[in-house]
Amino acid sequence: MESLSRLIAQAPPLNADDAKAANAAIGAGFAYGLAAIGPGIGIGYVVGKAIEAMARQPEAAGMVRTTMFLGIAFTEALALIGFVVFILLGL
Amino acid sequence: MLALEFPPINEIIRWQDLFPSFNKVAIIACLASLIGIAIFLAASRRDPLVAPTGVRNLAETGVEFIEDQIVMQTMGRDGLGWTPFLLTLFIFVYLCNLPGIIPILQMPATARMALPLFLAVIVWITYNVVGFKHNGIKYLTGMLWPRNVPVGMRPLVGLIEFLSNIVLRPFSLAVRLFANMLAGHMLLVTFALLSNAMLFAETKQLMLKPMTILPFFMLLFLTIFEVLVGFLQAYIFTILTGVYIGLAAHPEH
Repeated sequence: MESLSRLIAQAPPLNADDAKAANAAIGAGFAYGLAAIGPGIGIGYVVGKAIEAMARQPEAAGMVRTTMFLGIAFTEALALIGFVVFILLGL
Repeated sequence: MLALEFPPINEIIRWQDLFPSFNKVAIIACLASLIGIAIFLAASRRDPLVAPTGVRNLAETGVEFIEDQIVMQTMGRDGLGWTPFLLTLFIFVYLCNLPGIIPILQMPATARMALPLFLAVIVWITYNVVGFKHNGIKYLTGMLWPRNVPVGMRPLVGLIEFLSNIVLRPFSLAVRLFANMLAGHMLLVTFALLSNAMLFAETKQLMLKPMTILPFFMLLFLTIFEVLVGFLQAYIFTILTGVYIGLAAHPEH
């Protein structure tokens, strides 16, 4: 603990550009992390329900699979927008 | 401890120009289209009466995959005329995705925004033209003032429909393909860099170098995963194109 506080005391003060970059990095991390929550739950739900449907009615598996991929694609778009924001903010 | 420095994004996806405005990504895109053309030209030369072998077998599998898995699932029998367009899209996107895992090339051409955006604009123009051709001006009025919802909801639903059809669809189509391929590429870069940095680290800790096996196995696993992702994204791009064209032609369904 003492060494940590000494480290912080020794660190040179941030100039404005560094502070801005640090804030952008933090924001980018939060952007992607938060954007991944919803689609993660959503895709899990879509795939789970699709497997349930396929197990109940194996002859409809082809149709269910197509619809499942469509559902995944639409749900995933939100996470991917988060990823793009992460790139734009952080790098 | 590790001399691990993630390179700036421009170094990962922006390659040096070979000559002005023509770099490795452009070469991969050109090669993808040429290879696609070559496969199907070679396949069409074969005698159609004998049992298909080799390249013709490959081409027929591709055509059947598009017909059974995409056209019949999204547009039904009426849409079979769209098979060539969808097949072209699928083969091109797939061959652009594939170099992401081929050694030496190691760059999916679709990981730059230009290519997915261009493809999405083509799809956007196509399905809007199809909509106007099949339904006339009703394509636009049916979108803005939908008949089968209560009157009070019509402005709201119409606005949402219009925005989603005209603005969001091409955007999400392009961003989906681009971001998936870029994310996969950056994951591969990350683990390759980590393996490299751990293997060549100058350190006194004995356990560090044998631990390189962990990121290296992750790299192998992700490479196999990228094979799947490249195929799946091409499939999703094509099937969404089919869905959009089908919806534009017959908006009631």
